Amino acid sequence: MQKASITKTYKRLYTYKFLLPAGIIYFVLFLLPTIMSFFFSMTRWDLVDWEYIGFDNYKTFFSESSLNIGFRNTIIYAVVTCGLKVVFGLLLGVALTSGLRIKGYLRSVVFFPTLLSTIAVGIAFSSMMHPTQGLINKALAVAGIAGPDWLGNQNIALLSVALVDVWKGVGMATVIFIAGIMSIPEEYYEALQIDGGNAWDRFRHITNPLVAPAMNSVIILAFIGGLRSFDLVWAMTKGGPGFSTDLIASIIYKQYQGGFYGLSTAGNVILFIGVSLLAFPLLKLLSKREVDL
Amino acid sequence: MAQTKKKTILALTGAVLLTSALTACGSNNNGNNTAANANANKSPEASQNAAAESPAASNDTASERYEKTVTLKLMIDNQTSTEGIKAVADEIEKRYNIKTEFDLRPGGDEGDNLVKTRLATGEMSDLSFYNSGSLFKALKPEKYFVDLTNEPFMQNVMDSFLPTVSVDGKAYAAPSGASQAGAWLYNKKVYAELGLSVPKTWDELKANSEKIKAAGKTAVIGSYKDSWTSQLIVLADYANVQADAPAFADDFTNNKAKFADTPAALRSFQKLSEMKDFMNKDYLATTYDQALKMLVDGTGVQYPMLTFALSNIFATYPDKISDIGVFAQPADSADKTALTVWMPAAISIYKDGKNIEAAKKWINFFASPEGMAIQATKAKPEGPYVIKGATLPDDAYEGVKEMMPYFDNGNNAPALEFLSPLKGPNLPQLTVEVGAGMKSAEDNAKAYDKDVEKQAKQLGIQGW
Repeated sequence: MQKASITKTYKRLYTYKFLLPAGIIYFVLFLLPTIMSFFFSMTRWDLVDWEYIGFDNYKTFFSESSLNIGFRNTIIYAVVTCGLKVVFGLLLGVALTSGLRIKGYLRSVVFFPTLLSTIAVGIAFSSMMHPTQGLINKALAVAGIAGPDWLGNQNIALLSVALVDVWKGVGMATVIFIAGIMSIPEEYYEALQIDGGNAWDRFRHITNPLVAPAMNSVIILAFIGGLRSFDLVWAMTKGGPGFSTDLIASIIYKQYQGGFYGLSTAGNVILFIGVSLLAFPLLKLLSKREVDL
Repeated sequence: MAQTKKKTILALTGAVLLTSALTACGSNNNGNNTAANANANKSPEASQNAAAESPAASNDTASERYEKTVTLKLMIDNQTSTEGIKAVADEIEKRYNIKTEFDLRPGGDEGDNLVKTRLATGEMSDLSFYNSGSLFKALKPEKYFVDLTNEPFMQNVMDSFLPTVSVDGKAYAAPSGASQAGAWLYNKKVYAELGLSVPKTWDELKANSEKIKAAGKTAVIGSYKDSWTSQLIVLADYANVQADAPAFADDFTNNKAKFADTPAALRSFQKLSEMKDFMNKDYLATTYDQALKMLVDGTGVQYPMLTFALSNIFATYPDKISDIGVFAQPADSADKTALTVWMPAAISIYKDGKNIEAAKKWINFFASPEGMAIQATKAKPEGPYVIKGATLPDDAYEGVKEMMPYFDNGNNAPALEFLSPLKGPNLPQLTVEVGAGMKSAEDNAKAYDKDVEKQAKQLGIQGW
């Protein structure tokens, strides 16, 4: 009896031994800096010395317009990119699992932008979006349309960047949708065919509900990706003109550049909490929907 | 067939997962990578320096020249043309057997990050080349650099430069070359064609611009795609501000004067807001390089810019350099018009470097009239030197010659960033908004005051 319990304890600890190396790395490289950042966000910090100043950094972050404009922009950016990626990803996913003859080729084409460096994409698009010499507006001019100043007009600059993000990210969404659609058993479609359903019924009653798990992954990935987005905005506009395309991440980076390490850390904590507050309920909501089906 | 398809999908899904995992790593681990790199670099560098030091110590008193080559690392940004500095460094190697290795870093904001990180982690090169003025003081030079106040070579440095590298009366750097001005570059050919003369007042500038616009050319070049260029009208106005409000710099530093409620300073923002109609249509998408091309071509005629642009123009369009002139940004009345001067970058010695003596020798030669003359053979000055006894070469740029009267008559002043440690980091964005008419001059002067307040509080400056 005694012996059995020792073996049991030993067995239980045995698994933890395997977890230990990864656990230490996770603690030192992730948990520890996270906890430290909570502390440093409440200091005035020059990387060497620090001085505790309470919640002043947070107050500054929420009260200054050049800082809190990022909250609005980030939400808009995340919602727009996430929504468009879901819509286009699903449409492309359905199209590319249909009987199209060149779908193998098209799948590569759709996925290709995902493989490119974001910075390269950003630079290429910002020159294509040049108001007078850019490819896009020159093409529009041929069709007799005067194109807008895509990145210079403060009202549409953020949407222009979001569109490029969608162009680049939709391939990823499409691939996840394709995988989801392919996993739907063929029998359902056959049953529907016997019942006399058309293509729209196929999509509405079978593909759309059964692709929900894939859609959830896309929504979560795209939404969190949108909230944390930085590189594309930085390559295309650096947050400009003015502050009109500044996202939380680019604002945090600018505070870091200014040498305001405490303030920039406070921004990171806000971003961390914000992403968690939005992402976890979203995940819960979506997985509930999944179970209900 | 079906199997291959499945495999493809699996592979793709795998790729997707892998990519997202990698992305996550990339964004989280940047800081750690830097630290790891820093450590990896440490040991070879340290041993190399240690090896170099022993001969330095033994020979220092015996002769000027080291028997065994001493290698110094000079950290410099990759935007500055190093031709002139290399020429001086070669001469130093010949004379003192001190070899200079260029440790290139990015310029601008990324460079600031790198320098600050290198200082904080104890990885600075022996010699550091960095902006003088507020940016230099933000590095906390008293903590990281050798005090040069009593070095003999500092006697050569003009008084106007010293405050920009001094903290509590101690100087921590020597000048790296010539000063420059923040002013208006203009195409002299087009000016002559249209029968215009250099404007002495702001209204004359606007009248000239009207005429240029009527002639179908861009009167004022805007290059806001590089947002730093949008600050020039505000920054280059400072000599005029000071003519009206002599105590502004001190009051501004001590939280007693603000841009928004000092009429002379607010005027700088207002001047910027008056230029929109004269600018090229695509000013929000135009870059600095494109702006220079417009200026040289004559499609754009006036460009508020720092005079280092003359060197960029000379490098790309050497045959057109004489077409480009320089005038100070005019004040509202002609008697107050003065030129705003930018001090040369600072060269300082890292406190924990292994070759401090050699580094002092290096600067001793570099910051002498002779050093400046050697530099001028490869890199023409963009303004007068701040080393006593160093004179402009005869083949100086036309534009620089046009600047000299402002120095000879004494109507010039350093830019505000050399007189005060405060310069709000959001100024480029704020000036883009004013220049593009997205916000009013008054609103953004206020916003800039807030930005400065944030900086002062974050840097822990007294009185804020």
